Amino acid sequence: MINQYPLWKNLLILAVLLISVIYALPNVYGEDPALQITNARAGKLEAGIQDRVANALKTAGIDYKSITSDDQEILVRFHSTEVQLKAVDFIKGTLGTQFVVALNLAPSTPQWLQSLNALPMYLGLDLRGGVYFLLEVDMDAAVKQAIERYAGDLRTLLREQKIRYSQIRTENDGVRLVFHSAEDRDRVVSLIRKEFPDLMHDELAVDNGNYGLFVKPSEREMKEVRSFALQQNILTLRNRVNELGVAEPVIQQQGSSRVVVQLPGVQDTARAKRILGATATLEYRAVDVEHDLERALAGKVPAGSQIYHRRDGTPVLLKKSVIVTGDQIVNASSGFDSQSGTPNVTVMLDAKGARKMLAFTKENVGKPMAVVFIENKTETKLVNGEPVRSTKKVEEVVSVATIRDVFSKRFQTTGLDSPQEAHELALVLRSGALAAPIQIIEERTVGPSLGKQNIEQGFLSTVIGFLAVLIFTAMYYRVFGLIADLALAFNLVMIVAILSLLQATLTLPGIAGIVLTIGMAVDANVLIYERIREELRNGNSPQASIQAGFEKAFGTIADANITTLIAAVVLLAYGTGPIKGFAVTLSIGILTSMFTAIMGSRALVNLIYGHRRAARLSI
Amino acid sequence: MEFFKHDLNVDFMGKWPYAAAISGLLLLVSVVSLFTRGLSLGIDFTGGTLIEVAYQQTVDLDNVRSLLVKNGFDQAQVQFFGTSRDLLIYLPPREGVDSAKLSEEVFSKLHQDDSGVQLSRVEYVGPQVGDELAIQGGLAMIYATFGILIYVMLRFHIRFAPGAVMALIHDVFITLGIFSIFRLEFDLTVLAAILAVMGYSLNDTIVVFDRIRENFRKIRKGTPQEIMNISVNQTLSRTVMTSSLTLLVVIALFVFGGEVIHNFSLALIIGIVVGTYSSIYVASPVSLALGVSKSDLVPVRKEGTERGGEGMP
Repeated sequence: MINQYPLWKNLLILAVLLISVIYALPNVYGEDPALQITNARAGKLEAGIQDRVANALKTAGIDYKSITSDDQEILVRFHSTEVQLKAVDFIKGTLGTQFVVALNLAPSTPQWLQSLNALPMYLGLDLRGGVYFLLEVDMDAAVKQAIERYAGDLRTLLREQKIRYSQIRTENDGVRLVFHSAEDRDRVVSLIRKEFPDLMHDELAVDNGNYGLFVKPSEREMKEVRSFALQQNILTLRNRVNELGVAEPVIQQQGSSRVVVQLPGVQDTARAKRILGATATLEYRAVDVEHDLERALAGKVPAGSQIYHRRDGTPVLLKKSVIVTGDQIVNASSGFDSQSGTPNVTVMLDAKGARKMLAFTKENVGKPMAVVFIENKTETKLVNGEPVRSTKKVEEVVSVATIRDVFSKRFQTTGLDSPQEAHELALVLRSGALAAPIQIIEERTVGPSLGKQNIEQGFLSTVIGFLAVLIFTAMYYRVFGLIADLALAFNLVMIVAILSLLQATLTLPGIAGIVLTIGMAVDANVLIYERIREELRNGNSPQASIQAGFEKAFGTIADANITTLIAAVVLLAYGTGPIKGFAVTLSIGILTSMFTAIMGSRALVNLIYGHRRAARLSI
Repeated sequence: MEFFKHDLNVDFMGKWPYAAAISGLLLLVSVVSLFTRGLSLGIDFTGGTLIEVAYQQTVDLDNVRSLLVKNGFDQAQVQFFGTSRDLLIYLPPREGVDSAKLSEEVFSKLHQDDSGVQLSRVEYVGPQVGDELAIQGGLAMIYATFGILIYVMLRFHIRFAPGAVMALIHDVFITLGIFSIFRLEFDLTVLAAILAVMGYSLNDTIVVFDRIRENFRKIRKGTPQEIMNISVNQTLSRTVMTSSLTLLVVIALFVFGGEVIHNFSLALIIGIVVGTYSSIYVASPVSLALGVSKSDLVPVRKEGTERGGEGMP
């Protein structure tokens, strides 16, 4: 009897091996400390920035490995982390706040591998260092804010309609109104139906000549309020993270009220917390048209006015008194003007803001009004050639528009150049608006040195565990043991390749999972070999024993692996963070080991023993 | 090379009273400890703040403790972590304090005292998250147990399932018991290890069961006890070989993998040792006691029909 695999099986194994080697290869090359430069406001990088960066580095005498760019980002690679850290402040100082300069570890994968989309494994925060935050939006506060806003709106409505009431009170989930007569109450009910279709109302029992009405937002509206509070916080966090200068940040919604923020490589966590919790706001101000801008620029700024700048640096003279502040903005959305078809932004104000806006626009139709965005920013400047970091209040005019008509609660800014611009203005307006409070409920920070240590220890234990298994197996099963060792090495390469291809996060428990799989993967070989030994002892020929050994062991291997896989899949579903990493590598390892231990080692056994009439097997 | 003579014939099943006594005692001690002392849960489940700091040189624990107490952190627990230069500081959750900021305050005090100190790691888990993680962990254990139970029932015979699950419960409780008795910290990674132990323990048990099933079919004569003995003896070499190899890598993890996964690897080591023992001395005897017989596994031919009775799917 001759044991031989058909050609296609051998080719399949070779192909899998080749692909695995290629996709595992990027992990060998390591990473360069690098700086990633992008435009602070989503958009393209102009040509010439790359030269500016290169020149600045040359002037400062900072040596870099390479500088590359596409229209989204510039990547500067350095020879060491020290140089990278030195360079970051210089580049920030040179380019100013228009650009985000982020510390990064760029894989130094050769071009030909990159073109195959081969990337190294994605390391988790416990391996590369960084911060993980789980934040929770205070939904009760968001709902309370919404109800208070409604109470304010109702108060304004009643005043405008000159309806007398004896009480308006906010309660847990709605607003209680009390009137003196049934007619007043009925009038209000019909008004609410017309003006606030999102409100539901219940008439309360008549008590002592008091006609009560209980008003509460509909389920749909409450859902909207909650989802808006979450979206708004995510948006604000995203803007702030941009400012932190983090490469590959993760900001993700989790569940209905939580946000996950992952900042790889952030070392100064105190600063990260401060910036994430920083406040941004905005103000609507009147443009000072009575005074001359040129004269103000020359130093004669009129009392009651102040010079502001647009993002592109154009000066604008604004009045000091504020019309409406950001916390009075309820919503802002971009769209198209129904009449002109040009991009616009629709802004909604709360009752207080609407009242102020109404009073102001009544007097100022035809005059311009500006939006000022105010943010506390940390920035780095070059002072006497040395980078200095400071926190400062940045005030920026984001839009100037002419008041066309009298308006209050709801108005539009039209005449914007592009849908892109409208979208960005709406984002800015919203991020300056009052957000529901957010709180850190989980934090996991790993310092860079511990991350490095984790990688080293993980690597060391993998190598030692692997070598121990190799030696032990080879001693116990001799030639067959060496075959198992090769299959095991193949398995390891395959796990690394799949992890790299999936870009699944590798964590320290993930490495432990790989180590554990090494131990368990040999089990398949052990089962097969023990079977072969038994068959030989029963007096079967070597070829028949090989055949029977592989065949009979297969069912057992499958059964045994499936139970472990069940446990791994449960972990995958319920685990979070690092634990998930363990489940991922364990699951992948179990699956690949089935392939390498059964097919891979069978192919080798066939190759070595399949052709000849072996008198005895080295097992 | 071989560990055992191939004609080995140890009467494993006959030793069940001893095995039952040992297992019973271990289980009893574990359960009593779990109920009276409980597990020393890590902050993953209790909530709180954990700060790991690295000093340039050896530090005096008492100095750090008194420094923290002086600054109002009187509930802080300080211990060495791996070396005498690394410290682990634990702060329980406090009412009315923004715990998220606690780690910064503690570190800044330590930094004022010794500017050479570096922040290695911070873990803060809010109380609400801790509760959730505990519930999810418990659910994961329950689902894994049921998933495995169902698989064993489908793949083998229902009478095998109690044996497999007994072995599983045996392994999990003894591992947990050891963590409870020695006050080892039980965190999320240990929970993951316990789930892996469940998978591994079953793995071992199933290899033995597979062989029992095969032998029930092959060997015409012999009582179930004899057949089980033969099966355990036949798979013994594999059981020991695989367990030693897996132990080998897990010990490598324990020794070289660093402090963070110390308890994780310890749980695996305990689980593998106990799991290997239970697949021989617990799973099969329980199945035997519950009356697994040939007719449960071998298709029975009824008179006059060709249709097989209940067999394996």
